[in-house]
Amino acid sequence: MSEAVPAWSLPAAGVAGIALTNMWPEPPTREWAFGGSTGAGARVCILDSGVDASHPLVAPLDSAVAVELGDDGEISIVPDELGDVCGHGTACAGVVRSIAPDCSLHSVRVLGAGATGSGELILAGLRHAVEQGFDVINLSLSTTKKRFAETLHDLADGAYFRRTLLVAAAHNMPVESYPWRFSSVISVGSHEEDDPLVWYANPSPPVEFFARGVDVNVAWPGGGTMRCTGNSFAAPNVAALCALALAKHPELTAPQVKSLLYLTATNTQGA
Amino acid sequence: MDEDGFRAAVAAGTLGSEEQHRALLQSIVDVARAIFGAKASSIFLFDEATEELVFEAVSGEGEGDLVGMRLPASTGISGWVLVTRQPLAIDDLANDPRYVRSVGEQTGYVPNAMMVVPLLHGEAVLGTLSVLDPPEGTRFGVAEMDLLGLFAAQAAIGLDLLQRARRAHDILANDRSTAAVVARVAAALDRRDDDAGTRLLTALESLLEQQ
Repeated sequence: MSEAVPAWSLPAAGVAGIALTNMWPEPPTREWAFGGSTGAGARVCILDSGVDASHPLVAPLDSAVAVELGDDGEISIVPDELGDVCGHGTACAGVVRSIAPDCSLHSVRVLGAGATGSGELILAGLRHAVEQGFDVINLSLSTTKKRFAETLHDLADGAYFRRTLLVAAAHNMPVESYPWRFSSVISVGSHEEDDPLVWYANPSPPVEFFARGVDVNVAWPGGGTMRCTGNSFAAPNVAALCALALAKHPELTAPQVKSLLYLTATNTQGA
Repeated sequence: MDEDGFRAAVAAGTLGSEEQHRALLQSIVDVARAIFGAKASSIFLFDEATEELVFEAVSGEGEGDLVGMRLPASTGISGWVLVTRQPLAIDDLANDPRYVRSVGEQTGYVPNAMMVVPLLHGEAVLGTLSVLDPPEGTRFGVAEMDLLGLFAAQAAIGLDLLQRARRAHDILANDRSTAAVVARVAAALDRRDDDAGTRLLTALESLLEQQ
């Protein structure tokens, strides 16, 4: 979407110009939020280890770039010729595709080129993804490097105001990691029910939602599937729900989508 | 030798040896295996210089054979966990020909299920802790993942101590300065069972004070 000029104040004459639709006269239903949506028109980015574009549970992949660190320390963003270097991104992409079958999937590869130095690559990849204006960016990863926290925070807040939803896997370990803890990010942990349409709002954040993350049949390198457990697979479940809602209601802002997830959660609606 | 290096060397000499830290890691994998009733548990150290994962401790299947074995760090299940910093559990691994080929052939043991958490210490990722094959009829769920995540903090501290000790021992072994010699002597005396070391150092201290 095009960027509007920020409004720093509201003159009396401007009030009529910002009339907004009161879309929620009563608590929204799941039917209103997601009913009939297949994700068509929504653009979802998998920021991960790349995506295997040929996997039958994932294809088609509409774009793929890799963030690379050159010998001179310079970071560049290049077309991704490798696909998925370890399988994690493909697994996440498959979860999104299974729930939002017609969404447009994109890959930004920031992992796999070595286990260290990934903080810089995650930052550069996230900045690129936000600039592309994707509707949803899935981050089933985190960094523990404090020096990246402030920049990540700025990027997350920038995305939030640009209507790009960052959905991140929560870290169920006693360590500080980013960016899932930020309030401008939707953080997701796992529940044990085998249903992608069961999700819970957590009254005790920083984990904000729980989605299916146990024994998930995920797309596996080589074309098959594997039963996996982890918040890595709960996050793309919620990313896909965001894509369904945004495909049907493209006018929704990031905080509205987060509220919608809360209002339609299994524990608030008994849905 | 700089001040930090000297402190590290003295600490290594007086606080513990490679063997003691190995025993700590071994105890951690033994307990992890017992907590989950698993067939095996292992700790991988991430070798940043070579981008490899090195078996540092193994309990159960593979115990005795695998320590020291190296695998590429950026591929495989532990590689996933290392780069994403996210815990992971997998079922049906025995049905994955890729995994069976890459790891099974090297280790001689292919688990059906495994749970892996990253070992994070401060800002660094030091390695991974794995638990393999829970008892028949059970599985690794969210409660088990949370428990292993908590337990991993202990393993990470153990691995951090081992790495610090190795760095300090390297400094001790290669430095020719007086401080390093003193540190080596202190470490050697500390390893003795009797109090001869303490008596010798006390006598030396008195002698130096008299001059």
